[in-house]
Amino acid sequence: MSGQTGSTAATAAVEGRGVRFSYPAKRSARRRGGPVPPALAGVDFQVAAGEIFGFLGPNGGGKTTLFRILATLARPESGTVRVFGADLATQAREVRRRLGVVFQSPSLDLQLTVRENLVHQGHLHGLAGRDLAARIADGLERFGLTERVDQRTAELSGGLRRRVEIAKALLHAPRLLLLDEPSTGLDPGARHDLWETLESLRSQGVTVLLTTHFMEEGDRCDRLVLLSRGTIVAEGTPAALKEEIGGDVITLTGRDPQALARDLAALHPELAPVVQDGAVRLERERGHELAARLAEALPGRIESVTVARPSLEDVFLRRTGHRLFDEGEEAP
Amino acid sequence: MTGLAAATLWRRELTRFFRQPSRIAGAVGTPLIFWLLLGSGLSGSFRLPGGPAGLSYFQYFFPGTIVLVLLFAAIFSNISVIEDRHQGFLQGVLVAPVSRSTLVAGKVLGGATLAWIQGVVFLALAPLSGVHLTAGSALAAVGILAVLALSLTALGFAFAWKLDSVQGFHAIMNVVLMPMWLLSGAFFPVSGAPFWLGALMRLNPLTYGVAALRGVLYGPATAPGLPGPAVSLAVTLAMGLAAFAAGLLATRGGRVD
Repeated sequence: MSGQTGSTAATAAVEGRGVRFSYPAKRSARRRGGPVPPALAGVDFQVAAGEIFGFLGPNGGGKTTLFRILATLARPESGTVRVFGADLATQAREVRRRLGVVFQSPSLDLQLTVRENLVHQGHLHGLAGRDLAARIADGLERFGLTERVDQRTAELSGGLRRRVEIAKALLHAPRLLLLDEPSTGLDPGARHDLWETLESLRSQGVTVLLTTHFMEEGDRCDRLVLLSRGTIVAEGTPAALKEEIGGDVITLTGRDPQALARDLAALHPELAPVVQDGAVRLERERGHELAARLAEALPGRIESVTVARPSLEDVFLRRTGHRLFDEGEEAP
Repeated sequence: MTGLAAATLWRRELTRFFRQPSRIAGAVGTPLIFWLLLGSGLSGSFRLPGGPAGLSYFQYFFPGTIVLVLLFAAIFSNISVIEDRHQGFLQGVLVAPVSRSTLVAGKVLGGATLAWIQGVVFLALAPLSGVHLTAGSALAAVGILAVLALSLTALGFAFAWKLDSVQGFHAIMNVVLMPMWLLSGAFFPVSGAPFWLGALMRLNPLTYGVAALRGVLYGPATAPGLPGPAVSLAVTLAMGLAAFAAGLLATRGGRVD
């Protein structure tokens, strides 16, 4: 796992400074007169070369907007993004040469075969002849697609199509691979294969940057940022982020959570209980011992007690005050 | 490298076309039916004002029908611009190190090639309309068809790039390209039209393409009231360049999604 020490400016694969982006206001929003919040409210981030870096957040948090900016498909209103030192605003072509992109929605031509898709992609990147043929053969082999090469991509399963997408994105040997929600729509087996691929790419020095709303996927990143409502609410390794919670997360439910929290605070002010989503939440070391004591101290008031190791979801909750999936949807 | 990228996009248009035989039927079949029905129905009552006697409506309408074939082919092929956007293929092209002009060149040349092939196939029906093609006139017609195919495809592309739905594109094509064709002298001659209509027809750049084609097939006397072949050809070429520029311009704007 590469730590924060690796992310100095000299080795940064991607560096964003004050990246801000707003979608044009919808007519209905303008009529209401309310200001439209920016999709990205000036974010700073740095991705070290050779790490797997995640943008974790709910839909509408801004991660897809950030992905589109990094993929050179959208221009930030203000701020700068550099990819291996090349400025996205002025050197988009340079950036595109080094960039492999896997979109959430497929970018394959379903009427064409696997090989035809790869050949067109190679040509778009200036590859041809024997070099291209060798790269295609390698890619097919690597992703177990050799036998599918003359099948139309429309006939392939979702998992196989995603493999073709990744083979396509890697054909020109990019130094940075960008993936938007790569696990969406994949069964657990295909998801497992995907992560093996990403880890093997990392071992070859490829920088991997992905967006996700799955906590488990955030856990597998070397480093990640949590995005909420267009701002970065936390940044670090998954372990470091979870350490800030300290101990366990205890969740209590009861008929009247507000009263339960009040009584708990009266008994143990140091616990600082918080009501969230109709449950009382505490963070405490050796949570199971405390849970048993609380159940005795407030007989009949507690309906259920859960003690868990903190997850990235808890980090998100602590930083934003709301859960990962509660944020309203906005324009993609 | 730019050439390779444009060539691969061109090639893709052709591959996709030949995998959808229904497209051929649509682009050639409809004009063929128009030509047979309207040609048969109107032949008895048609006389070209100011033109040579003995030119049947079948014959008069034939070049117009070929232009209709090009028009339909251009519309059909540009639907793929919208489909590429919806089905995601376009986003992959947009993140490749390829300029917008390369993208326009590949797509438009691909569509124009298909339109041109269909037009040439239809041209081979010329003996049925009672016209005798010489090697020279056939070659000239094939050249004019190429320029017209490019113009119409590029024009369709400029609209297709800006539109989100196939339905919307069809609607726009019905109020832009179809009237352009109706007022091009393809269907009825400038010389017999009322003054206001004739003026509109003379403003329509497509009129000159149709006149050039008709002139090549039947002689310049069959385009009464219009300038000679040199001017017609020049206007047609200029229209092609302008349409291509419009296609390029369409991709310049802020729209990147």
